[in-house]
Amino acid sequence: MIILITIGIIILAPLAGGLMTGIDRVISARLQGRQGPPVLQPFYDVLKLIGKESTEVNSMHRFFVYISLIFVVFTTVILVSGGDVLLAVFALTLGSIFFVLGGYASNSPYSTIGSERELLQIMAYEPMVLLSCIGLYYAQKSFFISDIIAASKPAIIYLPGVFIGLVFILAFKLRKSPFDLSMSHHGHQEIVKGITTEYSGRDLAVIEVTHWYEVIITLALVYIFFATKDPISHVFAVLVCILVYFLEILIDNTFARLKWQQAFISAWVVTGVLGTINLVVLSYFR
Amino acid sequence: MNAISLLILFPLVAALIIFVTRNDKVRNMIVRISAIITAALTLTVVFLYFNNGISFTYSAEKTIDYIIAAVEVVVATFIITTGIRNKKYLVSLFSIIQTPLVLWFEFTQKKGIEVQNAIILDKLSSIMVLVIGIVGSLICIYAVGYMKTYHHHHEEYPERKSFFLSILFLFLSAMFGLVLSNNLTWIYFCWELTTLCSFLLIGYTKTNEAKNNAFRALVINLGGGLAFAAAIVYIGMKFNTLELSELIKMKPEAAVLVPVFLLALAALTKSAQLPFSSWLLGAMVAPTPSSALLHSATMVKAGVYMIIRLAPLLGDSSVGKIVTLVGGITFLGCSLMAITQSDAKKILAYSTIANLGLIVICASVGTQESLWAAILLIIFHAVSKSLLFMSVGSIEHQIGSRNVEDMDILLNVSRKLALFMMIGIAGMFLAPFGMLISKWVAMKAFIDSNNILIVIILAYGSAATLFYWGKWMGKLVCYANVKNKEKNSFHKDEEIPIFLHAVLVVVSCFCFPLISKYALVPYLTNLFGTTSLIPIGTSDVKLMLYMLSMLIILPLSFIPIYKNDKRRRVPIYMAGENTGDNQSFNGSIGATRKVELRNWYMDGFFGVKKLSLWSNIISICILVVGVILLIGGLVG
Repeated sequence: MIILITIGIIILAPLAGGLMTGIDRVISARLQGRQGPPVLQPFYDVLKLIGKESTEVNSMHRFFVYISLIFVVFTTVILVSGGDVLLAVFALTLGSIFFVLGGYASNSPYSTIGSERELLQIMAYEPMVLLSCIGLYYAQKSFFISDIIAASKPAIIYLPGVFIGLVFILAFKLRKSPFDLSMSHHGHQEIVKGITTEYSGRDLAVIEVTHWYEVIITLALVYIFFATKDPISHVFAVLVCILVYFLEILIDNTFARLKWQQAFISAWVVTGVLGTINLVVLSYFR
Repeated sequence: MNAISLLILFPLVAALIIFVTRNDKVRNMIVRISAIITAALTLTVVFLYFNNGISFTYSAEKTIDYIIAAVEVVVATFIITTGIRNKKYLVSLFSIIQTPLVLWFEFTQKKGIEVQNAIILDKLSSIMVLVIGIVGSLICIYAVGYMKTYHHHHEEYPERKSFFLSILFLFLSAMFGLVLSNNLTWIYFCWELTTLCSFLLIGYTKTNEAKNNAFRALVINLGGGLAFAAAIVYIGMKFNTLELSELIKMKPEAAVLVPVFLLALAALTKSAQLPFSSWLLGAMVAPTPSSALLHSATMVKAGVYMIIRLAPLLGDSSVGKIVTLVGGITFLGCSLMAITQSDAKKILAYSTIANLGLIVICASVGTQESLWAAILLIIFHAVSKSLLFMSVGSIEHQIGSRNVEDMDILLNVSRKLALFMMIGIAGMFLAPFGMLISKWVAMKAFIDSNNILIVIILAYGSAATLFYWGKWMGKLVCYANVKNKEKNSFHKDEEIPIFLHAVLVVVSCFCFPLISKYALVPYLTNLFGTTSLIPIGTSDVKLMLYMLSMLIILPLSFIPIYKNDKRRRVPIYMAGENTGDNQSFNGSIGATRKVELRNWYMDGFFGVKKLSLWSNIISICILVVGVILLIGGLVG
């Protein structure tokens, strides 16, 4: 049974994630007054990439992308199957670090700069992610998602500040403007395609699929703030997820990319202010 | 009993023999054999007494006290004269105050104080003995190979290998004595011995820099020793006991907190917490084996060991809060400062101080969970840090630099070293490895004890940690295109200890549930009197072990794929200006320029000058507040 659920998650998560990315592209296009691609375009892209020739600059750098994928899948399984949220975050960090190492391993200028920026981004959002997990534990007395979403009151009641902070830094994770410094979906930037510059064919497809999983991971983090034992709350949680996703798309289309200094400082300040105040207030009421 | 005495005395004898042996080959053999015997003795002692523990006192205790007093006088004379000769009068002053103080106490005030258990071996001291014995003896073997190459590279320094190697063993002996003694005067004696050893090791090269740094280490640690001596006198005269185990059983009242604060102060100096951390940063001028020893198995661990011992008296008491805050400032400040460093040894030093800060926090929060994390941190940190130091030492000899920026060619020079280095770094901050397990539990423990501020500090500090290790790892995996591959052989005496350490890093991660079950849980249950549990759920432990296995198996599974690789190699993208060899590009006006890729150091954000000034000021303020609170508590 566990195996079936795991396989189900592994197959369905990227499908859902890919679909979200497709919708994202349609909405973005409409916001910009374009027709945009069909919703299933991300899948066509990946299929085509798999069929293409994969070139490489050295024998090492593709290895990291595959490992990264495996740990991101691992994270998704832990999260969606109701496991320990902090462990999931640690596994996700491991996946991200491998992705960064892939950029370094190619030893190409654009990839290396991308990797450094990605590391900076990780440093920028990591405190908030950790504080979110801690906050969830503080509010609901458990790190396990299965327990958190079985509580009688949703976590958002206790953690509004933490939630806003989390939404703020999710833009990093979703690779959205103003925080898409290391690699954006658009190739016309100053560091070309950042970390992914030297990847092609199948390896690039893997990176794309990894991102689909990451979309699901970020939305799952939003979800657990709203779900309770009441079945209706789950519907509500899904609606909030969609809303947050739309919000991120809107922000993506209305903001220019920030400098790394601004991105870094803003993330740490938001974390410090919202996270700290929320947790301190919560500790006062406990 | 005899096994324990042997464990303490054997390294001492080995040190003497090594000191008088002049023949290089013979001495090296003696070092290797002594190291192996030390490790074997360690295992024997732990094997014999681990389950039930042991506590006893020597019948010749008086004689031992006299010997200790005599040695103390000799050491003090040495320190005072060296201080005067080098115009470091503060050193002499500290020594002039504390040694007569202790001797006066010893010969006039101590009568009537009976020491029931001079030596206690429980689960905590067993773990410490294991760490010191195994990691320490491996470092001694490493030193044999390292020192050979070291003097080959640095002919300007006088060769005093026998001195160096014998001090390493003396150090181990002092550390064994420190963690096994329960008699505070004995602990103090060993404490001062480790100070002396570190002074001698840091000053090894006799350059001006080395001398200055050695004296800085001496003065700071003697200051700590002074606090220790004062604590002993206070405890002896006020509570009529000299046993650490008795002190711990007392209630945290104002009168008890005074010596606890003094002891904690001594521990903070020894474990290089802010504002006392400068000596450990200066200690890196010494040859690498001594840094490895100072940073991992000995010296700094003595400090945190002391705080863990004192944990029952810290917790919610004012002293506990003060120590926690100092640890917190140290952890955050040094994690951030590490980002700005490019010298590998400096990064390691900052990371050591930061992690010690974390251990200090965990120990001083003093709940079952946090102590669990603290002890595990000691184990994992010792193993990983010693691996890293030894690797950096060997890398320095291989590529002629210990700048992280130059390590991008390492993969071409020595794949083995790059791999060991990566295991070490992964051990310091990545998910299924030890340090992260402990950090995880620490986080849980802090929030359970409502230490919000500390949790937030931990979140920021961890993010910074991730950044500086991440960029270092990035340099290591850089597949830099260097044509002239220079293959240096590296010494078996270096390779074997490094390899064993890498194995230890991985094995200790696999074994942490066992360590928890057989050592930590019984120890904590005993200490708190309530049943303690492993703070991580079984399902999580399983997942962690899966992850660890994946990390080991995955790289292997890629080998067959690479074997029949038919992919087309393309040059690196440099906006079309790659000259073809991936090392240079066509610059403006037709000039060919070399590609140089450098990491980020963010000096503007985390500049050491600014940051260390502020964190020192804050930590001094915290300590001053501690003193005021304590005096207030005594008066009121």
